[in-house]
Amino acid sequence: MSDHITEIIVFSFLFLLVSAIGFVAARWRAPKDMAHLDEWGLGGRSFGGWITWFLVGGDLYTAYTFVAVPALIFGAGAAGFFAVPYTVIIYPLFFLILIRLWSVSHRHGFVTPADFVRTRFDSPTLALLVAITGIVATMPYIALQLVGIEAVLKTMGVTGDSMLARHAPIIIAFAILAAYTYQSGLRAPALIAFVKDTLIYIVIIVAVIYLPYKLGGWGDIFAAADKKFQGTPAPNDGILLNANNQIQYITLALGSALALFLYPHSITGVLASKNRNVIKRNMSALPAYSFLLGLIALLGYMAISAGIKPLPGAKEGTLDSNTVVPLLFDQKFPSWFAGVAFAAIGIGALVPAAIMSIAAANLFTRNIYKEYLKRDATHAQEAQVSKIASLVVKVGAVAFIVFLDPQFSIDLQLIGGVIILQTAPAVAIGLYTRWLHRGALITGWAAGMGLALWMLWQIPNAVTKRAHFGGSAFPLSEFGFDTKKTIYVGFVAVAVNLIVAVLATFFLRTMKTPEGVDGTTPDDYFADEGDPRIEKTPTTVDTVSST
Amino acid sequence: MAETESPVPSTPARSDRSPWNWLLVIPIVVPLLTPLFNHDSPRLWGFPAFYWLQFLFILVGVATTSVVYRMTRR
Repeated sequence: MSDHITEIIVFSFLFLLVSAIGFVAARWRAPKDMAHLDEWGLGGRSFGGWITWFLVGGDLYTAYTFVAVPALIFGAGAAGFFAVPYTVIIYPLFFLILIRLWSVSHRHGFVTPADFVRTRFDSPTLALLVAITGIVATMPYIALQLVGIEAVLKTMGVTGDSMLARHAPIIIAFAILAAYTYQSGLRAPALIAFVKDTLIYIVIIVAVIYLPYKLGGWGDIFAAADKKFQGTPAPNDGILLNANNQIQYITLALGSALALFLYPHSITGVLASKNRNVIKRNMSALPAYSFLLGLIALLGYMAISAGIKPLPGAKEGTLDSNTVVPLLFDQKFPSWFAGVAFAAIGIGALVPAAIMSIAAANLFTRNIYKEYLKRDATHAQEAQVSKIASLVVKVGAVAFIVFLDPQFSIDLQLIGGVIILQTAPAVAIGLYTRWLHRGALITGWAAGMGLALWMLWQIPNAVTKRAHFGGSAFPLSEFGFDTKKTIYVGFVAVAVNLIVAVLATFFLRTMKTPEGVDGTTPDDYFADEGDPRIEKTPTTVDTVSST
Repeated sequence: MAETESPVPSTPARSDRSPWNWLLVIPIVVPLLTPLFNHDSPRLWGFPAFYWLQFLFILVGVATTSVVYRMTRR
């Protein structure tokens, strides 16, 4: 531990600094009345270009991404680089589709994607499914942020062997996070994101200039990686893709992009911006983070070139590949700068964890509490319930990591990405057309979920030697094709989901099943700052019951 | 009465339709065409084509979204 003392001091100093910022954030751009979900949960829907850039950037590119993507490159090579096309594709999709969600939410005061589905399709059941899917998909994602911090703490040697000693630093970190999120809401991660991203950019720019210089240049780095992959028995690794994993690469990039923009926390980040132009401009500016992510991914190859050996994992005989990047920094940087780098990753976990817990809390408040438990909840009550729910969500995330194998969270996050995709027909297509019947969307969702879970269950993992939930690459041979090619599970599941939804729509139309009333008008999808807010009127309940 | 700046005929209702939007198909489709970039050569500063081409696609994404934003601004 003593040889890491400088790193620990720098890390702790920066960590405490952002914690202080988190508490002060409540007074930043202070509203007249914080007791409103728009203020606590969406920062007053007032963020301009810069804040949105830092907030959404800090939100989408999480600490786990920064640790896990290079770990993937370290282990499998080119296949892990899918993170780059994935984060290129996502912005045009935001630009075209999510902007409509911003407009319609601005007009109707929606806080969550499930709010939109509720009004658009006049179906509390469908909204409930969207909300539950969102919460279930987000929970393990929060837990994974802890995995990111843990990788850093492990490298610094501050994690002991007993269960309490191993997790005490994380519990403390999350308690602080929970406290200032409770107090400041979305303003806390928005303000902290400035510090986090500045640190990340500095660290990575230094890393990609300094490390190749120390390791003999990019040519040598790629040569070392190539040599390693040539020497392994695994068929699908290498510095280029091969014939069998290209479909997986394509479908994973596309599927992940679609999933990311359906995740509640991305939607929360987007809804917090003040007008359409802020969002559109950001779609040109946010790819700066994708560039950063690509460079971070290549740290995996630098780790190979530097001869890094990952630290042992939680279980006997396993390796924790998430430690490769922290170890690379630890061994190649002066210790004070390694401390800065670790703080960047650690703080990098806090921003998305805060936004995700707020997003999950908003889903609970708006689509479960207000819909089913207390219909006449006031704005102040909504805000209070959401604050408490955000605490519960964080306690749950810590419990995941403390009491369960971290591998379980990784599995769940994998499942999370696949299941959140199943809300695409209702949320994304719903922004364009109401043609799909609400009953059909529910049927399609169920079909997609069922298929996704079955497929994930079938996938073994050769490295960790487990029979189920071993990854998201599904061998096409299981469908009876004579091939070694693999495909991303989420992609197949959402395709089936959509086909079922279309067929069921035809069926329900023929049966003349009631479709409910659309609470939105075509013009709502283009509304902008300055357009009047439609005060929420509980129309649907009365009109439906009176017919 | 007011002169319209865009070449598109203005419609009475608001809309986000624009031919410029088709430009966004490029950054959605090109990064998915693996046969296009799954090669080692030509190398650039030691980077295999697979890597520097995909970095280049990020710039393509930035360029296209910027153009579409400018051309469709109301």
